[in-house]
Amino acid sequence: MSIMSPAQTQAFSRTDRSFLGSWWWTVDRALLGSILALALCGVILVATASPPVAQRIGLTDYYFLKRHIMLLSVSLSIMLGVSMLSPRQVWRLASVILLGGAVAMLMVLFFGEEVKGARRWISLLGFSLQPSEFIKPAFAIVAAWLISLQKSSGTRSGVIAGKKHKSRWDALRSADKFPGYHYTIFMYFILITLLLLQPDLGMTVVLTSVFAAQIVIAGLRLRFLAVLGGVGAGGLTLAYLGFHHVRSRIDRFLYPDSGDNYQVERSLDAFRHGGFWGTGPGQGSEKLILPDAHADFIFSVGGEEFGMIFIWILIGIFLFTLLRGLGRLRENGDMFAVLAVGGLLTMLGLQALVHMGSAVNLLPAKGMTLPFISYGGSSILAMGLGMGMVLALTRRQSRVSVSRSGIVMRRAEKNNAGQTNED
Amino acid sequence: MILRQMRRNAIRIEGEHSAALERARGRLVLLGMVFALAYAVIAVRVFDLAVLQGDVPRMEGEVVAADEGLQEKEQVASIRRGDIYDRNGELLATTLKAASLYADPALILEPQKVTQRLARIFPDLDQAQTLKDLEGARRFAWIRRGITPDQQQEILALGEPGLGFEYEDTRIYPQGALATHLVGYADRDGNGLAGVERSYQDVLATGNDLHLTLDLRLQHALRRELGAAVQEFQAIGAAGVILDAQTGEVLAGVSLPDFDINKAGSATDEQEFSRLTLGVYELGSMFKIFSTAALLETVNGSLGQTFDATKPIRIGRFSINDYHAQKRVLTVPEVFMYSSNIGAALMGKTVGTEKLRAFYRDLGLIDPLKFDVREIGSPEVPHPWREASTLTASYGHGISTTPLQLASAAASVVNGGFLVQPKLVAQQDNSGEPEKKVRVISQENSEKMRALWRLVVTQGTAKNADVPGYDIGGKTGTAEKVGARGGYDRKRLISSFVGAFPMNDPKYVVMIMVDEPKGNKKTYGYATAGWVAAPVMAKVVTSMASILGIPADAYDPAKDIVYNLDRYIHDPKHKKGKTLVSYHE
Repeated sequence: MSIMSPAQTQAFSRTDRSFLGSWWWTVDRALLGSILALALCGVILVATASPPVAQRIGLTDYYFLKRHIMLLSVSLSIMLGVSMLSPRQVWRLASVILLGGAVAMLMVLFFGEEVKGARRWISLLGFSLQPSEFIKPAFAIVAAWLISLQKSSGTRSGVIAGKKHKSRWDALRSADKFPGYHYTIFMYFILITLLLLQPDLGMTVVLTSVFAAQIVIAGLRLRFLAVLGGVGAGGLTLAYLGFHHVRSRIDRFLYPDSGDNYQVERSLDAFRHGGFWGTGPGQGSEKLILPDAHADFIFSVGGEEFGMIFIWILIGIFLFTLLRGLGRLRENGDMFAVLAVGGLLTMLGLQALVHMGSAVNLLPAKGMTLPFISYGGSSILAMGLGMGMVLALTRRQSRVSVSRSGIVMRRAEKNNAGQTNED
Repeated sequence: MILRQMRRNAIRIEGEHSAALERARGRLVLLGMVFALAYAVIAVRVFDLAVLQGDVPRMEGEVVAADEGLQEKEQVASIRRGDIYDRNGELLATTLKAASLYADPALILEPQKVTQRLARIFPDLDQAQTLKDLEGARRFAWIRRGITPDQQQEILALGEPGLGFEYEDTRIYPQGALATHLVGYADRDGNGLAGVERSYQDVLATGNDLHLTLDLRLQHALRRELGAAVQEFQAIGAAGVILDAQTGEVLAGVSLPDFDINKAGSATDEQEFSRLTLGVYELGSMFKIFSTAALLETVNGSLGQTFDATKPIRIGRFSINDYHAQKRVLTVPEVFMYSSNIGAALMGKTVGTEKLRAFYRDLGLIDPLKFDVREIGSPEVPHPWREASTLTASYGHGISTTPLQLASAAASVVNGGFLVQPKLVAQQDNSGEPEKKVRVISQENSEKMRALWRLVVTQGTAKNADVPGYDIGGKTGTAEKVGARGGYDRKRLISSFVGAFPMNDPKYVVMIMVDEPKGNKKTYGYATAGWVAAPVMAKVVTSMASILGIPADAYDPAKDIVYNLDRYIHDPKHKKGKTLVSYHE
């Protein structure tokens, strides 16, 4: 805070009760900062990685960079906007997006553009949107809400339409629990059916992992965790047997001699060539060869041009974002926020992990964007939405208002939010 | 009451709720740890790639190729193939890093201009094809493999970003076609495909140099003179070899036609064929060397022994005739000097089938030669070997060998009687025990054979082989090739000569063979060995003398060994006591 100018201090003083003022003091500024740092790294990497790709497909050099900056601005705006919402508004927004997204995914199956053998995109206002990207954060929120309802109350869904705190009081009286798990599982299966019809296995894996993480956080006994792991492995085995491209990729990962590992080899060479300090911005050469250097292999471009030191810093920022977000939850007494943020951060962390793991050949090659770094329209917008929700749910205000449930809550509400501890 | 109940419930649920939250927080820690661990693994892996494996250069076909790392990697990956030298350390084969030019068409903005500029550097460039490549959609196209440093400099001067170089080991043969069939050649990947490049693949591929017994100066002289003979007599080919008479070292070995081994890919089958080691020919009268030696060695025959050559020998429907028919009884030197087929056949008959065959086998004429290249032809011997075969094999019919094989056997006969194993690769280890010498004929008989060889040059069929002052001896052989319809073809000859010098203690054995020569005016239309092969011998010896610095005055005509034979010569035209009696074929 010391770096802030007096004027800003004045404007955003702790006693400032204005909308923006209370947002500024309640939002997790460290988390916000790390996300903005990722976005900045992303702009730099897309700037250096995308021109060769654009040249290859006959576009102007900065086509991708311009679009990336444009979409990133939109994405960050969405993030900031969503971060100002209350938990209740977040859940409502998510419900609407989930419903709309599911309908859009159904439409994609019939009217979608087919690219490289998969129907995932619909055209909207000149942009190709991938509805499944928006499904992920929305599902995380809705699932968290439904599970937390079952956890923290015994009320029926109809009752919670009323005042939030009242519903919890009502819950105390009710003996039968809200069957949140059942609804969530039902919803999950509908969504993965839609995803597998496209087919989009990567997204299915992410969605499943998010859901699994939420169930685990919600308190699934560890022995069920083993069962869950078994089911996941079984699912992947089925995918291996059922999808030819999946089998081919996994075979090539397990037995490098069995097929063409050209892309992965180039990616590994990028890191080797980069070394500790990197070749310098714009000096890399693997981006001339790597397909999707600006998206699925942007991590390798970073490794070549900026070296291991930059890669470690990048991994550090991702890890900081994750741990910071999860750490905030430890002070949070609201099961909904815990589950939602846990799910959303798993989504972020897992996507980054798969992207990085593919690039260094620790995981089978899977085209996945690096959150906030890679070029990728829908993905970056959806990430903005998801992280906006994380910021919204980790705001101090929400802790104060929701965490001390029951009797404690009233007292807490009387006290001012401003009395909470500083970070 | 109700209120109390409610409070109790609330506290209970509150407790459950807290417990659930507690567990959730525990799980959050777990989740965070899992991610931290996974990210740490990625970080370690990047460290492994960037630092431990760092700066490993790219593979072929990549845009940036010519950095230092590439060359290091290639050196580690492949040991530089060993060089090949002649006996004086002259380079026959070496491996250089040569640049190969390729283009990345995507980086070439003006294909037409670049093609024109390339054509200026490589005048033989296929411009249409190059232009097509440069305008194509592929990211890689070879322009030219193995260019010279000068050409590379010119390419660099163009400053065209779309042109790049790959560096590859390239085998260079500085002597071109000089020793084509003995050196052989290797392919781009360093696999020897012919000659010592093939037979010594293991040695060369592990980076060891190879020293041959060849003397490039003699090689050049032999090749030049054989080439001249091929030219003069419009022959289809020729072969020749110069052997060290004692050690069997091949000082020069030539087969024509040959080709520049730097351009082995464009060689024809005819050029690739080694007449010296792979070709198997009926070499005719030169075999009288061996039947005569057999007579002296195996049945204690003497030079004074006579054979009735008054009339042809009839075997079934064939008859054995003399080309230079004397129609009288001949002594052994006369049989040899006149190259009498009848006399030789009778000598063979005297020796007997078993002994003749065994003697031929001892000389290495029956089995494939053991030599330092693998292009070795198997001799064709009569099968089954009947009595008639013995008669014909005595004058070189019905038995075929490689020229090198015959030269080695001939050397064994005149070098004092020790078997000659020809070798091409200089002995690597000097530590080993002295080579075991295998005696095939006695010193005394060997000396008799020397005199007979000398006689052929002084008074016999090979007068054209003589070089005053150099005491040359030898034996001619003119054989008709087997015609297309079977039987012999009088027009298609193999004219050959095997000789040695100095005849009182031969140091060098030279073999000359000319394949299908045509007679000309100078030879009065003759294409026989005395007219075709013998003169080549004279020219080769003349060159050898100056190259090796052999003085002419070491020879004393008065002590010529040929005088030992004087008493056996009964030719009416022969004037006793004169060595250089004129004799016409």
